[in-house]
Amino acid sequence: MNAHSTDIAGDPVTQKGEALLSVENVSLRFGGVKAITDVSFDIRKGEIRAIIGPNGAGKTSMLNCINGFYHPQDGRITYKGVRRTRVRPHQAAAAGIARTFQNVALFKGMSTLDNIMTGRTLKMRKGFFWQALRHGPAMAEEIEHRKVVEDIIDFLEIQHIRKLPVGKLPYGLQKRVELGRALAMEPELLLLDEPMAGMNLEEKEDMCRFILDMNNQFGTTIALIEHDIGVVMDLSDRVVVLEYGRKIADGTPGEVKTDQRVIDAYLGVAH
Amino acid sequence: MASAAAGQADTFPKLLLRNARQRGGRTAFRHKDLGIWQSWTWAEVAEQVRAYAKGFEQLGLKRGEKVAIIGYNRPRLYWSMAAAQWLGAVPVPVYADSVADEMAYVLDHAGAVFACVQDQEQVDKVLSVAERLPALRHMLYDEPRGLRDYDHAKLHDIGEVIESGRTALRDPAVSAAHDHEMEQGQGSDLAIILYTSGTTGRPKGVMLSHFNVITAAEIGCAFDGLNETDEIIAYLPIAWVGDHVFSYAQAIIAGFCVNCPESPDTVVDDRREIGTTYAFAPPRVFETMLTLTMVRMEDAGPLMRKLFRYFLGVAKAHGEKILNGEPVPLGARLLYKLGDILIYAPLRNRFGLTNIKVGYTAGEAIGPELFRFYRSIGVNLKQLYGQTEAGVYITMQPDGEIKADTVGKPAPQVEIRIADNGEVLYRSPSIFRGYYKDEEKTAETMTADGYVRSGDAGFFDESGHLKIIDRAKDVGKLSSGELFPPKYIENKLKFYPNIKEAVAFGQGRDYATVALNIDLTAVGNWAERNNVVYASYQELAGHPLVYDMMAEHIDEVNRSLAAEPMMGGAQIRRFLILHKELDADDGELTRTQKVRRGFIAERYAPLVEALYNGATEADISTEVTFEDGRKGVISATVKIRDAKIYPVTAPVAARAAKEAA
Repeated sequence: MNAHSTDIAGDPVTQKGEALLSVENVSLRFGGVKAITDVSFDIRKGEIRAIIGPNGAGKTSMLNCINGFYHPQDGRITYKGVRRTRVRPHQAAAAGIARTFQNVALFKGMSTLDNIMTGRTLKMRKGFFWQALRHGPAMAEEIEHRKVVEDIIDFLEIQHIRKLPVGKLPYGLQKRVELGRALAMEPELLLLDEPMAGMNLEEKEDMCRFILDMNNQFGTTIALIEHDIGVVMDLSDRVVVLEYGRKIADGTPGEVKTDQRVIDAYLGVAH
Repeated sequence: MASAAAGQADTFPKLLLRNARQRGGRTAFRHKDLGIWQSWTWAEVAEQVRAYAKGFEQLGLKRGEKVAIIGYNRPRLYWSMAAAQWLGAVPVPVYADSVADEMAYVLDHAGAVFACVQDQEQVDKVLSVAERLPALRHMLYDEPRGLRDYDHAKLHDIGEVIESGRTALRDPAVSAAHDHEMEQGQGSDLAIILYTSGTTGRPKGVMLSHFNVITAAEIGCAFDGLNETDEIIAYLPIAWVGDHVFSYAQAIIAGFCVNCPESPDTVVDDRREIGTTYAFAPPRVFETMLTLTMVRMEDAGPLMRKLFRYFLGVAKAHGEKILNGEPVPLGARLLYKLGDILIYAPLRNRFGLTNIKVGYTAGEAIGPELFRFYRSIGVNLKQLYGQTEAGVYITMQPDGEIKADTVGKPAPQVEIRIADNGEVLYRSPSIFRGYYKDEEKTAETMTADGYVRSGDAGFFDESGHLKIIDRAKDVGKLSSGELFPPKYIENKLKFYPNIKEAVAFGQGRDYATVALNIDLTAVGNWAERNNVVYASYQELAGHPLVYDMMAEHIDEVNRSLAAEPMMGGAQIRRFLILHKELDADDGELTRTQKVRRGFIAERYAPLVEALYNGATEADISTEVTFEDGRKGVISATVKIRDAKIYPVTAPVAARAAKEAA
């Protein structure tokens, strides 16, 4: 169907450019609780990178470290060749890292359109004064932004809910709107925290298609946390596996699938 | 016999150029894309189609070859049809939602050499069956998304094909030759092949010439006075004859604007934004709109709800008469006017029907209640009866002569005859030229004197309106030889809210009988109000008062059957109420909730026997499947009652109507 599925069929190691972000020996503690211990991996430009692991393995904490929500005690995170120290989430956002959340975090009373528009906030150049007047240069700017947002609406096939308040939408669609808002930032690196949790099969398939299309069409680098192993194996170029805050495997889906430690820790556990 | 309105322009490309000359500045197409209505004038459309046709030619398309068109309603897919016709090639629209296997059959049967498709989904579908389509040479797509990495040796972006054609046409000699090519086309040429959806067996390709389609379109335009100021929204499948005539042929002939919605899910909003003047929808669309409104009204405030109920009552009493121009007392007229300001106009606006001049429903029978509702709030909704083989129109309802239970009078230029078995036969200048590559079927369908067998049974009522009963093959005969239309009887019964299902028996028997299912919600509600105590469906179904209620309904049905020509013999002599609800899990209904008459007759054989041997009750035990898959047995004693028969009053009228037709 497209480049990715053929990759998976043959399972070759996909080399997609240099590292966009690298995590080196990162450790994160909350008091005495070790959330992450000495984890290193990298995310290469243009790839779909999955982070998997059992509950409590530290996956979401890892994403929180990457976008500056948490600050690891040890180790370093290098983004676009620059080592970061104590980055705040809005700085990470300005640098091109966008994310979605495990629990949908949208403005429930606002329309789909307005929610996605908020993703453009960082790109607005005109000051508060002009924005409030909604005339002259601010108007022209708004039209520009609206164009980008409309492209995203078209891309995610949510034209029919453009003007509905998101609080009224079914969960699967809210997830899609949230993805739209992240896309509106035109991110270089998109962090998706369980984008398919709680969805039915059809919604999952749609979401997979959007993720692949995003990666394919806009070249967005994607890091995602996902529990559905089938989805992870089909979507991602490389997979990193965490358990109890430690990295236990890293490689292509094919390699990870056959790794005995992964099987023991995760895939082999009967639920 | 060139048609008057079209003048010398006897093909669609010629008509398109005529529009570009006569009304070049008027909007021809709109498509909502990225939240904005993009529009094209007739001059622009003609220019695009002309360049597109050149692009087709560069890719090697030749006269007489077939071009499959697959996708939802988009301007460029309609232009693909015109561009193919420019070269004398034949467009073959295909249902976009058909599965790959069905699509492969149609593409292969038509021998399509090109396929113009909407997007990646359709490209994938066609590619998945490509090895079964040896004739297919090139595929063109409208929406490039997701297709960047595909092999483009045989795959082209429509935009690029048009651009390449436009570049070539800069040479005046090429340009002149290109126009000459178009002028070779004649009205008698094959314009389009429309595959009928084929409820029975493989789809058949209905061949229509330019003359056929133009005639059909002109019938409709003249009948309802359509002109260039009209607006329609194109959202029904492009492979369906209705959409082809309404959104393509009539738009080009009358010069009105075709609006393509943003996506299939936004049709209601898009319709509202455009304010269409001419609409076409199957009954379920109207039904969904009404249901949504009723559900929302339940959430409205008490004052709003009261007003709504009151004025709907006013509309029910007087609305239709006012629309039909019948005399109505002044007080009622004023009250209706007030209701119009407060309720009806806002409702019509919600439905996107504010500017509607005429709306049609067709495809299946519309419930009289539903039909009357729209008419009562001032929407000029009408029914028509049509078939692909007829180029749509067979009968239509003229203004002021609208009845909920008939499909109207024969359309202009259409002759109708009722065969001895009740089948409707029709003849008109717009009827098809035959099924593509199927002489045998064509011969079966056409009579020697040029009539087409519709496959539907029907009759004319006393005022010359056609009433469709059922598929002709489903209409049976009683042992006396009189007609027995089971579905017609069942539908009459099902119009009563208390009756959920009805199964009619009588094929080859002495008289007609029915087995009923009561509607537990409606009858249960009635039982509560009337202090009727019951513990289960079975108990309620066997209650003597419920039997009395059903007897009343059957009495009314018998009375109406007696008053209809040819139907008098099918009056219901005996009936019973089944002890359990018919269920798809037990195989008694299809998954689309249609009764499986034969299966039911077998399963309830003792009951059917009792209906005919004069017994007043019968024992039955049936195995049932519960939702979790367990099985159990329900046994009961079911009572059987006789119903009153009325003398037949209408056979003479039938003959008169037949002669009038």
